[in-house]
Amino acid sequence: MSSATTARSTEVTVELHVNGRVYPARLDSTTTLLDALRDDLHLTGTKKGCDQGACGACTVLRDGKRIVSCLTLAAQCDGSEITTIEGLAEDGVPHPVQDAFVKHDAMQCGYCTAGQVMSAVSLLGEDEDRRATDDDIREFMSGNLCRCAAYPNIVAAIREVAGE
Amino acid sequence: MSDIEYVRPTDTSSAVTLVAEDPDAAFLAGGTTELDLALKDRVIRPSRFVDIGRLPLRGVTREGDRLRVAALTTMEELAADPTVRSRLPFVREALLLGASTQLRNMATIGGNLLQRTRCRYFRDPAVHACNKREPGSGCAAIEGVARMHAILGAGPSCIALHASDLCVPLVAMDAEVELLDADGTRRVPLTEFYRTPGDRPDVENVLRHGELVTHVVVPLLPAGTRSGYIKVRDRQSYEFATTSAAAAVQVEDGTITAARIGLGGVGTVPWRAWEAERVLVGAPANERTYRAAAEAAIRDPFTVPGTAFKVELAKRTIVRILRTVTA
Ligand SMILES: Cc1cc2nc3c(=O)[nH]c(=O)nc-3n(C[C@H](O)[C@H](O)[C@H](O)COP(=O)(O)OP(=O)(O)OC[C@H]3O[C@@H](n4cnc5c(N)ncnc54)[C@H](O)[C@@H]3O)c2cc1C
Ligand code: SF4
Ligand code: FES
Ligand code: FES
Repeated sequence: MSSATTARSTEVTVELHVNGRVYPARLDSTTTLLDALRDDLHLTGTKKGCDQGACGACTVLRDGKRIVSCLTLAAQCDGSEITTIEGLAEDGVPHPVQDAFVKHDAMQCGYCTAGQVMSAVSLLGEDEDRRATDDDIREFMSGNLCRCAAYPNIVAAIREVAGE
Repeated sequence: MSDIEYVRPTDTSSAVTLVAEDPDAAFLAGGTTELDLALKDRVIRPSRFVDIGRLPLRGVTREGDRLRVAALTTMEELAADPTVRSRLPFVREALLLGASTQLRNMATIGGNLLQRTRCRYFRDPAVHACNKREPGSGCAAIEGVARMHAILGAGPSCIALHASDLCVPLVAMDAEVELLDADGTRRVPLTEFYRTPGDRPDVENVLRHGELVTHVVVPLLPAGTRSGYIKVRDRQSYEFATTSAAAAVQVEDGTITAARIGLGGVGTVPWRAWEAERVLVGAPANERTYRAAAEAAIRDPFTVPGTAFKVELAKRTIVRILRTVTA
């Protein structure tokens, strides 16, 4: 049997692979991926809303699939490839979804935006019938809440990239 | 500083031992229920998380007319399975109408079966009266806000709902759960896996401490069977069921020859509507039959003022799913 723990098992030694970089870290065993990203790796683009899996603000990709980082332990993500909002642009060129959000003014306060964008990036790689119509986009973006209700513009931004 | 240990065994027997040896240890699969209750709501206090997330218990295999689903398969993975799409379409529908894509990428099938109730009083450590958390302390929901609570299998000790969507078609299909502990393996029908609260609302199923759900075995629908799942919610998406129903029926020359009905949003356990099935089989496929089946399904509900509306809503949900799958 192996485990991710060393001497005291209420602490864990993990290797977080984030945006192509490797971050070794020693963390409290109950540290969520979200808190590790923000407080230990200082990647504060990922936001904390509800901290209970309900709002989507903390959405990141794990091995290419969207998850909420507040309801997973950093230890559970040991060695997995994590992509956050900071990892989307390539050589300073924003991801097409980021461009579309700017173009369509798909935000107001911006608090939910990182999560919306990560979710949308993931959606573009999922079954095509999840983005065939505006209703499909709404359904498969429903895990991302926006208190400012920028929904129409978020849908418009995603529709544009999905249609390309 | 937390006092919860974290271990990640690489084989199933170590995982079983690591939970069995400590009465307060808990399996951690996707974590979407367990971490919520232990770290956020703080209504359970595990001493140790035994992370089973990387055990070799993932994937779906076809065994003749059955599907064997390993417990750590995610909700998204099961929904995407080609056999589920073609031969268990209402299981796919129930999966995709649950939670969000993010959560479905994390949540496992074993965890979905064992998700805890969403009763807000159970999840609030400031509430003292909760027989499920503290047997004998009372039930705050009975006189509280009980819109999302059960009317079947419920009683004065507890009206907490089992909120899984997936389990609704699974109980209708006579799915079985495969369990493993130090004594070996056993198979339990899902319809006998859960316990209604009675005078022990803290006991929710027949699982022994340290027993691991390894697989869920689901018979496939016979060719020519139509199936469907309907979920009635307070908002259009990303919400638990107020009521739901899964149905699979066969109709020959206008007569119903086979019927399986499961109900969600109404039971303290995923609910199999046996009485409704008995009314349906042999009867003409028409509105009068559907209403009679609905009446039979919701006989003797236990309601409180907050849940009384569900009696009629559940009946209409049943009529609607029957109409849909026979149309
Ligand atoms: C915001 C939100 C919305 C949701 N909406 C819905 C919805 O609409 N419909 C719906 O059906 N569900 C919904 N859920 C519930 C979700 O489906 C469950 O939380 C999830 O399926 C649990 O799976 P998990 O792998 O994360 O389990 P975990 O949280 O890891 O575990 C849950 C429980 O099961 C035990 N356990 C896990 N796996 C095993 C195993 N193999 N053997 C023995 N014990 C085990 C754990 O010890 C724990 O007690 C929602 C959840 C959230 C947070
Ligand atoms: S319904 Fe059950 S879980 Fe909810 S407060 Fe009452 S006893 Fe507790
Ligand atoms: S902060 Fe994670 S879902 Fe709200
Ligand atoms: S832009 Fe303010 S919450 Fe979405």
